[in-house]
Amino acid sequence: MKIIVCIKQVPDAKDVRLDPKTNTMAREGVESIMNPFDRHALEEAVRLKEEHGGTVTVLSMGPPQAEDVLREAIACGADSGVLVSDRAFAGADTWATSYTLAKAIETIGDVDLILCGKQAIDGDTAQVGPGLASRMGKPYVTCVQKTREAGPDYIIVERMMDDGYDVVRLPLPALLTVVKDINEPRVPSLKGKMRAKKVKIQKLTAADIGAEEQCIGLAGSPTQVVQVFSPEPRGDREIFTGSVEEQVDQLVQRLKIYL
Amino acid sequence: MPVSGTDLGADMLIVDCDKCIGCGVCEEDCPFGAISVENGCAVVGDSCTLCGACVEGCEPGALFMEETEKRQTLDLDSWSGIWVFAEFRHGIIAQVSFELLGIGRTLADERGVSLSTVLIGKGVDAYGDQLIAAGADIVYLVDDPALDQYREDVYGNVLAQLIREKKPEVVLAGATAIGRSVIPQVATVLGAGLTADCTKLAIRKDDGMLLQTRPAFGGNIMATIECPHSRPQMATVRPKVMTPLDPDPDRVGEVVRIEVENKILESGIEVLETVLSEQEQVNIQEIDVLIAGGRGLENEKGFDLIRELADELGGALAASRAAVDAGWISYPHQVGQTGKTVCPKLYIACGISGAIQHAVGMQSAETVVAINRDEKAPIFDIATYGIVGDLFEVVPVLAKRIKEARK
Repeated sequence: MKIIVCIKQVPDAKDVRLDPKTNTMAREGVESIMNPFDRHALEEAVRLKEEHGGTVTVLSMGPPQAEDVLREAIACGADSGVLVSDRAFAGADTWATSYTLAKAIETIGDVDLILCGKQAIDGDTAQVGPGLASRMGKPYVTCVQKTREAGPDYIIVERMMDDGYDVVRLPLPALLTVVKDINEPRVPSLKGKMRAKKVKIQKLTAADIGAEEQCIGLAGSPTQVVQVFSPEPRGDREIFTGSVEEQVDQLVQRLKIYL
Repeated sequence: MPVSGTDLGADMLIVDCDKCIGCGVCEEDCPFGAISVENGCAVVGDSCTLCGACVEGCEPGALFMEETEKRQTLDLDSWSGIWVFAEFRHGIIAQVSFELLGIGRTLADERGVSLSTVLIGKGVDAYGDQLIAAGADIVYLVDDPALDQYREDVYGNVLAQLIREKKPEVVLAGATAIGRSVIPQVATVLGAGLTADCTKLAIRKDDGMLLQTRPAFGGNIMATIECPHSRPQMATVRPKVMTPLDPDPDRVGEVVRIEVENKILESGIEVLETVLSEQEQVNIQEIDVLIAGGRGLENEKGFDLIRELADELGGALAASRAAVDAGWISYPHQVGQTGKTVCPKLYIACGISGAIQHAVGMQSAETVVAINRDEKAPIFDIATYGIVGDLFEVVPVLAKRIKEARK
């Protein structure tokens, strides 16, 4: 089974704040990490490979330093890494990103299964997975919480819904996005780390994947961010004092509108 | 030379019918199903995204891109009306759909256009009136046995086809499991801009630009987004953010039944089974009062304690990642960065430290109550009201007092 896992390098959200003076994102001192959901997608791919044989290729679109997350993924069991990187991709929204990834996958070659995290924690859109599948004309389901069974030409998964889950059968090739419930990702092995150091990451530019200029980066993005601002702070807080009974009484007074 | 084409922006895809041999290779090459051969010549449909896949594969050289000098925009004015995708599952229209009709009504009135809603499913015929009472002028009903189960491809095909046909300027859907799954596909094939998880929507009266505001970076930053060159403008909207109208059974509207071709109802996806959540058949994103438990509950039984509180308040249970990872409660209850984002009216956090990964999932709640032993816990920084104390003492007293107060 040939599996491609899409991985995004994201800033650790806990560090991200707007500079109140300039209203730009303060990126200094912000650590870059592998998107947590993608880690689960990777783990699932490696497990499928271990069970059914095949290869796992990790793919990322991002700046040159995104190579780090690809190496990390290789340390965790992926076989090879491909970085699609070009200044022309800058400013891409999810529409342009899914286009770019689709072109990259076309360049990489045949694939049976594409796995993505449910969403990236920086944008939280959950749009690239479904977008990528529709561009490739492949069936997909989102928010997979379990792989039940896989064969050479099909996969049966549990898709999380708001009120429970559906058991769904898809023909391969297909695309799945996964939630963190699907597995417990492994830590990199020593052998994996050694391999990750040495392995060559394939680099592709916009020209290499034959991307049309007007479909990538800012030009290829139907959405434009016109303003960023800090959320309104919560009003004054009130920490009660006194005995448990006294504190609870004060609280119940304040909560009257909800009772 | 007879040509047909599509114009999305900087370029045009041109078909030279003199060269076209009608071989149909481009039909197969097109990832969007946008090309079909009619009367021996390729015809490009609206779903063309100018990706160029067909140009590469065209041996006779009948397909080519024509560069235009400056970026043109689509004929934006030919798109009119506000649409809401009404979500239907297990015989119930999702609450968020009524909320969307509320904001949709405001946007439609502001622009002076109609508000329509699309209801897809099996046996949906009887639900049109409910949607009209909730604010819709037109209800498009697509009722077919093939639509009984939610399947990404079929729902996407039906929606995309309807949108192409009727050309609404705005399409809204709930940021639910279904909405967040199907809408990105529709936006991709239509070449439309899509903004996820909006918490605020406004429309500019003169040019109809939808101003879509959403949290990013886990809620640490808000962003306002526009789609200046494409239509429809698509957005998913978080549940509980918008306010539904009071249902008015006297409202007048039109129910339009839509027949779709069998071809677009074909699917490779098969739903083998549907399992409803055993613990509680509720979606915590749609609940007004949430009682959340974390590591401080110490074990599974801790949830029995806060369940009493939840029952008194008519609320549901939520949890931090720590409690879910410990196996005390199932994942659908998890709030935070790797769980759900909720914005209830009241959120009572019991024994939750309030690390940023949890806070981003609940900080937009109207009122946050924190009960925690550690006065330095970050949850107190985002709390409206705080009680520093042992939750095993505080919660039973609170449940009792609330019971008394409700009498």
